[in-house]
This record gives sequence, C-alpha cells and structure tokens, in this order.
Amino acid sequence: MPAAGSPSDDAILVVDDIVVRYETAEGPITAVDDVSFKVRPGEFLSVIGPSGCGKSTLFNVIGGLLSHHQGVVSVAGETISGPHQSIGMVFQEESTFPWRTVIDNVAFPLELVGMARAKRAERAHYFIALVGLAGFENRYPGELSGGMRQRVSLARTLASEPKILLMDEPFAALDEQTRLLLGDKVLQIQQQLKQTTLLITHNITEAVQMSDRILVMTYRPGKTKRIVDIDLPRPRTSEVVSSVAFGRYVAEIWSDLREEASRGMQDEESYVLHHDGTAS
Amino acid sequence: MTAAAPAKLSNLGNFTARVVGIGALVLFLLVAEILIQTGAISRFIVPPPSEIIGSFYRIITQEHVFSRFLLTAGECLTAGVMITVFGIAGGVLMHRFKLLQQACETWVAAMASAPVVLMYPLFMVIFGRNVWTIIMMGFVAALPPVILKTIEGIAGTRKVLVNVGRSFNLSPAQQFWKILFPAALPTIFVGVRLGLIFALINIVGVEFLINYGGLGQLIEDLAERYDLGGTYAAICFVILVSVLFFMALEKAERWLRPVD
Ligand SMILES: Nc1ncnc2c1ncn2[C@@H]1O[C@H](COP(=O)(O)OP(=O)(O)O)[C@@H](O)[C@H]1O
Ligand SMILES: [Mg+2]
Repeated sequence: MPAAGSPSDDAILVVDDIVVRYETAEGPITAVDDVSFKVRPGEFLSVIGPSGCGKSTLFNVIGGLLSHHQGVVSVAGETISGPHQSIGMVFQEESTFPWRTVIDNVAFPLELVGMARAKRAERAHYFIALVGLAGFENRYPGELSGGMRQRVSLARTLASEPKILLMDEPFAALDEQTRLLLGDKVLQIQQQLKQTTLLITHNITEAVQMSDRILVMTYRPGKTKRIVDIDLPRPRTSEVVSSVAFGRYVAEIWSDLREEASRGMQDEESYVLHHDGTAS
Repeated sequence: MTAAAPAKLSNLGNFTARVVGIGALVLFLLVAEILIQTGAISRFIVPPPSEIIGSFYRIITQEHVFSRFLLTAGECLTAGVMITVFGIAGGVLMHRFKLLQQACETWVAAMASAPVVLMYPLFMVIFGRNVWTIIMMGFVAALPPVILKTIEGIAGTRKVLVNVGRSFNLSPAQQFWKILFPAALPTIFVGVRLGLIFALINIVGVEFLINYGGLGQLIEDLAERYDLGGTYAAICFVILVSVLFFMALEKAERWLRPVD
C-alpha cells in the first residue's frame, strides 16, 4: 500500500479504503474517498485538511459512530463494527458533563466498568493531575475555562485507558497560547503513557509540533494527498516551533494544503453565489 | 477593585428596584384608600385597604387560616408529587416512542393552554365532593407543562454528549440514566415549577367553585357572608402565599443546579 508510508506489520490501527457519501438536498456528496492508513503502536499520527474535507466524518467512522461507510477499520486485527473499547474519543465540541464535578467526569468510564469508589477516586486523581488540573477536582465544568474543560474531556477519555487516543480538533475552540501550552501537555502525556494517538486537525503548527507522521487530505472528495514523516527530535515542546526544520515542514505542508484550502473556499463562495437567498 | 465596582452598582440597583417596587405598591394602596374614602369608588364593591389590613387579624384568629392553608398546601403537595411522577414518566415514554409523541404532543400542548378548570363538574361526578376532586383537578391542569418540558429537555440534549455516551459503549438504559436524564433535568425542573404554579391556581380555584377545602373555600365563605374586608384579606393572603411559594421554588431550583 503506497498510501500507508512504511508501516510495519504490527500496526495497531488499520484504516482501509474508507468511502463515505452523504445524501444532501444538492445530491450525493463524497465526504471521504478511499482513505487508507495504518498507525503503529505508540505513534502520533495527525490527519490534516481544510475544513469541510471530511475529517470529522473520518473521525466518526474510526470511532464507530458512523455505519453507512464502505471500507474497514480494524484495531489490533479485529474489524470494528461500532464503538470499540480500545478507541478513546475526544470531541471537538465541549463535551464535559455539566452536572458532574471534574472528578466525577473523569471517573465516568471507571464507574461504567464497576470499579470500587475508592479506587475510582484514586485513578481519577491520577489522570486529573496528568492533565494539570490537580486541585480542581470538586469544581463543576461551568466554573472552568474552555481550555480546562477540554483537559477534563481528555482526562476522562484517558481514564478509560484506550489503546488508541482519537481526537477531533480538540483545541480548535481555544486561543493560540492555550492551544500551544495544551499541545505541550498532550505531547508530554503521550510520551509518558506511550499513547498511540490519532489527531485530527486543520492546524499545521499543531500537527508538526506533535506528530511522527502527518496525513494530508484533499478537499472534496477527501482523499489522501500525501503522508509526511516529521523527523524532529523528541522529546518536543512548543519551543520546537522556532526551529528551522520546523519552519520547513510547515512550509511544505502549507504548499500542499493551500491548493486544497483555496478550492474549498471557491467551492463555498460559488455555493453562496448560486444559492443566494434560495438556499434552505 | 474594578471587578468589585459593577457588583456594587448592581447591588445598589437591586436595592433601588426593591424600594421602587414596594413604593409603587404603597402608593397604589394609598390612592385606593383615598378614592374609596372620598366615595369615588363604592366601599360596597371594594373595601378600603385599611379595613382589609384590619381584617387580617380577624381571619387569622377566627377563620382557621392556618389549618386551611395546610389543607391547601397538602393538596398542592399531593398534586405536585403526582405531576412529577406521571409527567416525567409520560414525557420519557413519549420521547421513547415517537408514535406516541406524534399522536399526543399536540393534545398535551392544547391541554396546557385550555381552561381545564371548567371541567370541575365532571370531576365532581367522578370523585365526589371531596379533596380528590380538588387534587385531580390540580393534577390534570398541571400535568402538561411537566410532560412538555421533559420531552423538550431530553430531545434538547447536546448531540456531542450523546456521542460521548456512545463512544463509551453505553447500553440504552445507561445512555438514558447517565446522559439524557441528567442533561434534561434543568429543563424538567422548569416544567415542575410551572406545573406546581398551575396546580396551586387550579386547586384554590376549585376549592372556591365547589365550596370545599382550604383557602379557596374560605374566600367563598366570606363572600357569601358579605364580609368584604375578610374576603379581600383572604384573597391577599392567597396572593401572598403564592408569591412566597413561587420565590421558594425559584430558590430551590437554583439550589438544585449549582452551575450550568
Ligand atoms: N450528516 C451529514 N449530512 C450531509 N452532509 C454532511 C454531513 N456531515 C458532514 N457533511 C458534509 O461532509 C463534508 C465533510 O464534513 P466534515 O467531515 O464535518 O468535515 P471537516 O470535519 O473536515 O470540517 C462537508 O462538506 C459536510 O458539509
Ligand atoms: Mg470537523
């Protein structure tokens, strides 16, 4: 498979020939077309593409939330047909439970497996500390900033100890500084837990800062354009953004993405022109 | 300091608002007193406020206002428990079974805005002239908002929260108890609060109409005796109780949901 770079056979996640079509009022559109890749254990892979290129669709397919696709997703050799316990999802939208305190949010997956209360609290504390929220255990999400809430979601997903962490633009709603610092946090956690991670993003800096490999998607249909190996030293922090090599990677990926992004923009503009006032 | 300034200002605003509110009431009473004392309004239609205030002591000591109040409160409480149980259950069932929702939601909404109290003769026939007529009347009138708000709350659960539940592989029962229901709870509270107010209004109304039970009957009694001061004092007492009840419910609601 040329699209998959040079994966070893021990890939933990295999995404094979995924095709997703949506029926819309304007006729069927192909949101994801023939996307294939493999993720190795412990690897950090990013999928990048302009908005509307089918990233969230792909996220939902891999997470097992979507079922009308063609193609196969398998985890450790097992084909999935619905949400799989080895995959932990972090959503783009705010997804903490507002009626639970931070600790009860994080303990949610532990509660589901019937862990005893004391043990649960101890595990939850561990993951809360890991995302840097120690001391906020008894707060409600409504009392926290957006960045802190997103960390609660991350801790909640990590607490289920997924083999694969799957994130859909987890920092998209945050400001740049928070995003960089949170990126550091994720990198640090990923290295500490040797967490296999699949990050979906439209942010080039973020992708280069964190990834071992980056899959660049095209805009409509969402195909694999290229897979870029990021050969930057680890451990990394957000300081890597000022290095020369970093700049080269960003420039390289931007030149790939620019075409796609501008195609996306033209598409949207022509949509507005042709449907002006009549669009439903 | 800068953060404290607006808070202080709004405290001051609150205070002013309260003073103006009470002032307006006092002014209204004063104007009414003058109009009635000068004969511009007949004192056989509306007794002067001073006489109403004087009657308070009389109705409290001679008309067993407190035991009547407890009776009415007990009826409200019973109806309240019933609307909570049946209203939430009904809303959940209607959300669960779309056919049921499509079939019934319009009817429930229509009932919410209909003067159900006019059906009291029917209830009298079914339950007899006793507290159950009163309680059932309150129950029927107050049920629709609880059902509607329950449906609204569950249906309005954010998609991403449902997806979080799915990603953790929740069973349908877990999905309901751990996600949909707690997410809907604030909206359900609003429904129960509205329902309790509907229940109170209808219960006092039916007590008045069938001349049986608590505060509503007292008003009817006093009016029959042509004790105008007493009648108006009793009406004021009911209004006061309703206002306090409403404020207590708002407090309780805020207390039950610490933060959004
Ligand atoms: N449920 C849906 N029904 C119809 N079209 C959809 C639906 N979800 C997404 N799309 C379309 O599919 C394309 C890809 O969407 P999405 O996966 O959300 O992109 P991204 O996450 O990259 O912004 C978009 O053009 C979007 O309008
Ligand atoms: Mg998206």
